Amino acid sequence: MSELQTTPSQTVGPFFSFGLVWEDGPFVVPEGTPGAFRIGGTVYDGAGVPVPDAVVETWQADPDGRFDHPDDPRGAVRWKDFRGFGRSATDPGGRYSLLTVKPGPLPAVGGRSAGNGGGNSGNSDGNSGNGTEAPHLNVSVFCRGMLVRLVTRIYFPDEEANTEDPVLTSIDPARRATLIARSEPPGYRFDIHLQGEHETVFFDL
Amino acid sequence: MPTYRSDTPSHPPVSFPEYRSNVLRAPHRPFVLLPQRLGEITGPLLGEGRVGPHDNDLTLGHDGEPQGQRIIVSGRVLDGDGRPVAGTLLEVWQANAGGRYRHDADRHPAPLDPHFTGVGRTITDAEGRYSFTTIHPGAYPWRNHDNAWRPAHIHFSLFGTAFTQRLITQMYFPGDPLFDQDPIFNSVRDPKARAAMVARFDLGTTVPEWALGYRWDIVLRGKNPTPLEEEDDDE
Repeated sequence: MSELQTTPSQTVGPFFSFGLVWEDGPFVVPEGTPGAFRIGGTVYDGAGVPVPDAVVETWQADPDGRFDHPDDPRGAVRWKDFRGFGRSATDPGGRYSLLTVKPGPLPAVGGRSAGNGGGNSGNSDGNSGNGTEAPHLNVSVFCRGMLVRLVTRIYFPDEEANTEDPVLTSIDPARRATLIARSEPPGYRFDIHLQGEHETVFFDL
Repeated sequence: MPTYRSDTPSHPPVSFPEYRSNVLRAPHRPFVLLPQRLGEITGPLLGEGRVGPHDNDLTLGHDGEPQGQRIIVSGRVLDGDGRPVAGTLLEVWQANAGGRYRHDADRHPAPLDPHFTGVGRTITDAEGRYSFTTIHPGAYPWRNHDNAWRPAHIHFSLFGTAFTQRLITQMYFPGDPLFDQDPIFNSVRDPKARAAMVARFDLGTTVPEWALGYRWDIVLRGKNPTPLEEEDDDE
């Protein structure tokens, strides 16, 4: 076998904004899409200070719970202009904001843990439901000071499916709330705490 | 469904206090293992519409030629099994020849170059190949420690084809005397992985009387062998 070593991650640094900011970055869906809402919040460091040089990216299913991608075995999707991907750099106040629609729940296909990674934390307990994942966004956070990508998830507060979600239910109940957005009509708020008492749950992929 | 192999040993640790800005930003609690399911093995396939015809030439688009050593950086994007990653978006950004970024927060007293912005984009071809024409970025001082300087580097951002493969990294130049004192470069603990961030000079891609050639291949996470998986789970 000729396995190649992955190129190492390095920090995005403080000066990414002129390179990574796209005018349409925050628009997972175009303005005016029925059901679209703003979701955003503030990124905080361990001292509770907003982080003005972070970039938050999201990846999500469409409202049918499908991905426009060849590895989604269910085939073509029916949502035009749905990019699934959002990117927002934080402003001087540490705030990011995206326009999106709520994704559908994800079916339990291929619902096995990553495995083969060594050092598995054995968090497959609580996988007693049918394995359906509640609506959520996958999130990447990059910032000056972090050498690797941080991965987290945004769940929605008004979803009963949260109680059966295999990922949420695998997490210490005391920390689960860090993954659930707050309703802030007409959208949602999701703050990210890199460190400290309210540290957001981050994932190893 | 495919899943992607863990590649943790290639990467810097989450916590690396020698890099001072890391101290208040690195999470303290252990990460929770996220199973790889549909949302992790898929990812944005951002392509054609995002890249203009000259976006991979950072020396163009201004009223004149930028100052500095003209270079061509090219290579391939591969996955961990050596397969080319085709049609994937690469975004790059860098300082100018004097080590100054076109960014308001950069206070290094080196001149901005009116003929250089320092941003490029391209998409890999069917063989995973990419190429950028640019100028050799300068080293620059920063305040991490006394007399700290960043080695010359170009920032690279890649998507691959899955959320698991997302990578932001930096490409360095061979023989840089600043490597030893740079905590960002040295945050990669494995010497082989560290060396993989350094491009090599390549006479083959050097264009006579025009530009020096550097080669740099980028490797994204590979897939687990299609299993043979034990189906004894009580699903």
